[in-house]
Amino acid sequence: MVSLTQDSRFDFDIITRWITPGERVLDLGCGDGDLLAHLIAERGVKGYGIERDVERVVACIAAGINVLQIDLEQGLAGFEDAQFDHVIMSLSLQAVHNTDGILSEMLRVGREAVVSFPNFGYWRHRVSIAEGHMPVSDILPYEWFNTPNVRFFTMADFELLCQKRGITVLQRVAFDEDREITTDPNNYASVAIYRLGR
Amino acid sequence: MTTSASIGIVTPQRAHFDTPLALKSGGVLPAYDLVFETYGTLNATASNAVLVCHALSGSHHVAGIYADDPKSVGWWDNLVGPGKPLDTNKFFVIGVNNLGGCYGSTGPKSINPATDKPWGADFPFVTVDDWVDSHARLGERLGISQFAAVLGGSLGGMQALDWTLRYADRVRHGMIVAAAPKLSAENIAFNEVARQAILRDPDFHGGNYYEHGVVPVSGLRLARMLGHITYLSDDAMAQKFGRRLRHGEHKFHFGVDFEIESYLHYQGDKFAGFFDANTYLLTTKALDYFDPAYDYDGNLQEAMVRARAKFFIASFTTDWRFPPERSRELLFALMHGGRDVAYVELECAAGHDSFLLDDAHYHAALRAYFSNIEV
Repeated sequence: MVSLTQDSRFDFDIITRWITPGERVLDLGCGDGDLLAHLIAERGVKGYGIERDVERVVACIAAGINVLQIDLEQGLAGFEDAQFDHVIMSLSLQAVHNTDGILSEMLRVGREAVVSFPNFGYWRHRVSIAEGHMPVSDILPYEWFNTPNVRFFTMADFELLCQKRGITVLQRVAFDEDREITTDPNNYASVAIYRLGR
Repeated sequence: MTTSASIGIVTPQRAHFDTPLALKSGGVLPAYDLVFETYGTLNATASNAVLVCHALSGSHHVAGIYADDPKSVGWWDNLVGPGKPLDTNKFFVIGVNNLGGCYGSTGPKSINPATDKPWGADFPFVTVDDWVDSHARLGERLGISQFAAVLGGSLGGMQALDWTLRYADRVRHGMIVAAAPKLSAENIAFNEVARQAILRDPDFHGGNYYEHGVVPVSGLRLARMLGHITYLSDDAMAQKFGRRLRHGEHKFHFGVDFEIESYLHYQGDKFAGFFDANTYLLTTKALDYFDPAYDYDGNLQEAMVRARAKFFIASFTTDWRFPPERSRELLFALMHGGRDVAYVELECAAGHDSFLLDDAHYHAALRAYFSNIEV
């Protein structure tokens, strides 16, 4: 969980680009349903969201978004193989304990998966650690003792995991704030977005 | 904060139907009455009607009070009224007593026109399908061609589900709370013990106790005591009663020692004082038989293909009668068919009974869903 104000959700635009009209989409950790509302408006998707926090679930219901109050740590049991075109996890992967399991579940339930996460290898974070402190920034606004994030990994770590698990990176976009980073993103990007397949 | 108030004084109405109702059991009700209440105003296009279906011991008296009895508050009064989550300023709400019931609709206590005696044991088996068929006729009588929503908890939720399948074009939103797509073996087992308590009561007289001027009080009491155990959670019971003693010490007798015993006795006595034993038997059988996937080789996904409505489903984490997994079965079957659905799994300590309480998140979810229903 990271906090980005709605108008700075630049990852929405990238994700939207990867979705074709009318797709079936599942959004894991859908929050207030902002991304699904965006995808419904822009792409006419058939979308469902999964959210654990009851107040966010109520916000989704108020917005007319299909939402299921399920704890992701339980995996996606009950969902069928290839039930969705895309299973999305926007800025929540670092808040799930069972990273490995959820990735494989996303690619079971979805034809493709889309994940975005804060890159802990970002140079400012490296500087912070070098100076002796865990990073706190716009994209990582929490202190070490109150963060909901439970997994701390870099783009390089993530890509290594994908390689080990036979997950194909179909597309990758990395950002520093709203600026796209193409050179050495593991160092210069604060957020990464991946389109994944088998 | 929305201000909300009681709907105030309400009056039940009665509708008589002369067209025979063919029942799923093969029986026929030649004619019958349905007792119902309405709250709010049906709009010009009749697009704002919400049917509230009742559970095992419920009735048509969903909200408000009766003029002659200030204690007679409707069983879902915390939900239904002006400014409440099911807002009677927006919706026209209907509560109806099911056939086979004991609150005024035709049931085992009613006079069988063929014999001029109470139906008693001769009252035909009624099922959820039969109730829904009769509700549909009441809807027609009231000029409602499509319900904005059909809502129910527990057995009421099963009726709401049945509505969305068998009258798919007549309901826009199916709202199913603390229910299951069918009973488990354990659920049926509990029902059977409750029924045996009644059937074996010497005052039952094969169901014709009315003629003998008695009521199988002992059986009804046991049935209700057993039921209440399944409505509460272990936690709720521990919190409410724990091992607290009625007399402050162990009495070494078979009277009441523990507060939980006292509670169950009280609930049993109260229930046996007004509820009809035959209605209890028929209603628990209706629960047991309910299974929309029965005609689809047990395939719930196939059974749900007919649904056209959007769905609201809610379960409670401490409900062990119909736990969240049972609601999820329904949820995944609906998603298989691409239905729109909102699902909340509420942390509420009160077990199955939670659906009747006014937990803040539960009511917030219902309020949000109802506010989105277009009329």
